[in-house]
Amino acid sequence: MTAIEKASSALIWFVATLAVIFLLAPLAITVAVSFGDSAVFSLPPPGWSTRWYERLPNTRGLAASLGTSVQIAALSTLISLVIGTLCAIALVRGEFRGREAIATFLVSPLMLPGLVVGIAMLQGFRAMGLRDAWLSLLVAHVVITMPYVVRTVLASLSLFDFTLIEAARTLGCNTAQALRRVMVPALAPAFLTSGMFAFLASMDNYPISIFFTDAWTKTLPIQMLQLVEERPDPMIAAVSTLLIVLAILAMIIGDRLVGLKKLAEF
Amino acid sequence: MNSMAGKRVIWLAVPALAFLAIFYAAPLFYLLARSFVGPSGFTFGLFSAFLADAYNWRVIGNTLRIAMLVTLVCLVVGYPVALALARARGFAQVILLTAIILPLSVGVVVKAFAWQIVLRRDGAIARLLVSTGIWDEPQRLLFTEPGLVIGAANVFLPFMILPIYSVVKLIDPRLWEAGATLGASPLYRFRKIILPLTMPGIISGMAFVFSMSVSMFVIPSLLMGDRFQTLATLTGRSFLLMRNEALGSATAVVLLVLAVSIVVGSTWLSRRIGRSA
Repeated sequence: MTAIEKASSALIWFVATLAVIFLLAPLAITVAVSFGDSAVFSLPPPGWSTRWYERLPNTRGLAASLGTSVQIAALSTLISLVIGTLCAIALVRGEFRGREAIATFLVSPLMLPGLVVGIAMLQGFRAMGLRDAWLSLLVAHVVITMPYVVRTVLASLSLFDFTLIEAARTLGCNTAQALRRVMVPALAPAFLTSGMFAFLASMDNYPISIFFTDAWTKTLPIQMLQLVEERPDPMIAAVSTLLIVLAILAMIIGDRLVGLKKLAEF
Repeated sequence: MNSMAGKRVIWLAVPALAFLAIFYAAPLFYLLARSFVGPSGFTFGLFSAFLADAYNWRVIGNTLRIAMLVTLVCLVVGYPVALALARARGFAQVILLTAIILPLSVGVVVKAFAWQIVLRRDGAIARLLVSTGIWDEPQRLLFTEPGLVIGAANVFLPFMILPIYSVVKLIDPRLWEAGATLGASPLYRFRKIILPLTMPGIISGMAFVFSMSVSMFVIPSLLMGDRFQTLATLTGRSFLLMRNEALGSATAVVLLVLAVSIVVGSTWLSRRIGRSA
């Protein structure tokens, strides 16, 4: 290696080290603040306590918004998994034109500004007569979660050997059995990882959900932002820490299922 | 008979397509149509009124300036990180991948709140800069433009690293060695081999970060407050606070046009480069 190559290599690793700190520090600081006993975010905190966590159950609206978020995220992910997978099968196996355009269309909600999609849906749903906040949220979140499912299941399906299903049928399975015993296990990692990240995306969504909340139906991010604006205190850090733990769990499961490198594919 | 192939399988696409057509595509077209149709047919009235206001030009300027700065910071930091990730093995690889993927699964409200803590006058960055002697006394970065750029760059950095990494890892290391064998200097090899081959990744990373920065809403709301408006925060405010749907629709359409042209433009650009490379 020449001197220039050594220097550039050192520079690359230096920037990478700083970037790791830059990316993880906000999360680490949030966790540290949540366990501090000071109300003013001083770091390191003068003492440690779990009092912000003890206040969580009694904070008005928090439990209800968590419940709404979990319901909406679980249901919308489930709906996306079912209809998204069916569509992915059609795209991989079908012989018709415009398959790539359809795939782009299904993933496009990820590429457009969330706020614009939210406003369009608000006006559109109103024109259709859909006014119920909870149902509007559910419908909107199916659109939010669909790209995650379609992207991952499509990639996984295009590697799946469909002759295996024919083989299973030759060996005496009917079509339903063949699908259940051959295709579902082969696609299980894709279902689980895409479902998990779709669920998280729904749980985290702010710019679309904000248009479909009312006094009784709020999702967790909406409630959190409202609390941040009303009185920013380490209790928000406690909620954040729980969400960070959820993300860590999802990453560990994703790593076990498909590996970190696969999760980083773009 | 093969039940999973051919033309009949197209029906499996119908539920998802119909759902998205009704609840996603139709509302978007409705938004577009309503903003171009006035009492007397087709009109640009909404937009000429919007563009006649000098304040709105400042908002557009704010939006583009912040988005360009965030994209620049992400590129400068993200490119070396993508190179490092492609070389990393074992423990270093796990740490790098974790640092990139974990923040992606944490919500933006959580991260923006974290930056509210970090950017305070007594926050981590102010104390770091004072203890290293760069600043004489602690300053507040919260509610300033540099603070917003740092916070947004943090949230969007993975979207720069991953597309670049996806092309870097495909580069055959023998190309680098071949260049060396032929006597090319490292800088020349970087300019003639690595840079052109990673250009598609750079373009898509920049397109991702730029379009997300243009349309970010939660981050400026928490890190800048109401005095500073971008197209997205103005859109949100005009619907949620001011109840001014005409203004909100105009800014929403401007944002939509910006986002779509970035996606289309970057796709076209990387295809062109892909062909000539």
